[in-house]
Amino acid sequence: MRAPDVPPARTLDAIGLFCPVPIIKTAAAMKEMAVGEVLLVRADDRGVLVDLPAWCKMARHELLGMAEDGDVITAYVRKAHA
Amino acid sequence: MDNEKPLPTPSRPPKAVVLLSGGLDSTLAVRMLKEQGVEVHAVNFNTGFCLTDHARKVRKTDDLKKLRNEALRAGADLQVEVEIVDISKEYLDILTRPKHGYGSAANPCIDCRIFMLQKAREIMTEIGADFVATGEVLGQRPMSQMRPILDLIERESGLKGKLLRPLSAQCLPPTEPEMTGLIDRTRLGGIRGRTRTGQMALAAEFKIEDFPQPAGGCCFLTDENYAKKFHDFMAHWDGERELSLEDFLILKVGRHFRLSPRVRAIVGRMEGENKFLSYFAAGHWLLTTPDVPGPTTWVDGEPDAAELAKLAEITVRYSDCPADASTRVFAHRDGEERELTAIAGMSLRELDGYRIQ
Repeated sequence: MRAPDVPPARTLDAIGLFCPVPIIKTAAAMKEMAVGEVLLVRADDRGVLVDLPAWCKMARHELLGMAEDGDVITAYVRKAHA
Repeated sequence: MDNEKPLPTPSRPPKAVVLLSGGLDSTLAVRMLKEQGVEVHAVNFNTGFCLTDHARKVRKTDDLKKLRNEALRAGADLQVEVEIVDISKEYLDILTRPKHGYGSAANPCIDCRIFMLQKAREIMTEIGADFVATGEVLGQRPMSQMRPILDLIERESGLKGKLLRPLSAQCLPPTEPEMTGLIDRTRLGGIRGRTRTGQMALAAEFKIEDFPQPAGGCCFLTDENYAKKFHDFMAHWDGERELSLEDFLILKVGRHFRLSPRVRAIVGRMEGENKFLSYFAAGHWLLTTPDVPGPTTWVDGEPDAAELAKLAEITVRYSDCPADASTRVFAHRDGEERELTAIAGMSLRELDGYRIQ
């Protein structure tokens, strides 16, 4: 996975948190960000691999990429609308 | 309602807060409302007692479908935004002191529905929605979906007249959104009872194919085996120590034994459970067998020397130590360490005498 062209404006460390808490925190973080900004999410609950794409599709934000390296999942989400 | 009567045209689309679990019934409720042009604000409440979430904590699986949050999946499919609301802390009060009691297991379904609908009512007020809707079906569940209970839930949640159950609406008195013409009652369902025929027909009509099977929800409080451990725990709780979600999550794993009113133990059944139990090590004895593969035993309470020895025997009983041979057992608690030796010889009869069942 390539890092996005725009550096992340914010990082969410969700290591040790189980779904749906990482998704709740992602939604809360996105509310505080500006349109176009990128959120870097780090998590270790594999449920994130299915729940984050579903949340992005539902909330109409852009999942720029997601990768699993060992136990850690890294994802970039761009805020697509206000 | 008279089919020929023209419906009032609202100045804006009706807006509803809908409780969405991602199961078929709530999915259909959302879909039926969307068909009528309702703007849906879906909410999903995280109580901390969802089986899927629990599976994530103790099992490793490559089948990601088993781990998905169904409400999020349904929201994506239905193109409605789902707000996940964490009620896990407040929910403990409902769980431990349910005004309307438990169902057949540890499920405080009536209080749970009232609590969730009170929360939904708050959200309704906050976002300026017109009503709240759920996927409840009249007569489908023995405790919470019988008519008098549906009425009680509506009343006690403060949603009198503002709680729409689209799947069964035609079997229930008209609600405010129906009477004021925001919703066309004739296009709502008349489903009742435990058969799923009506829901399956609607699913086919709306081309809804991806929903969790079997139906019945993901709440593990309805599990009878869980309930035995839950009620044992509550019967021995002193009523003073502040309870946490972890007190109840740990009841979901392992084999459970009680040695006395003040000492109980949980023996892990697999690697994931052993690891899970070890998360709760602070302040508790953890027993392991260093020389042979075996379980982790988590101990709650203050065992005396004889009880600790008995717990070592139970641990060895579930290890790979050959029958009637002995092996070492390490007991750790907050930096304190003891070494015991136990024989793999406890009879099933004795073991069952300690088992919480």
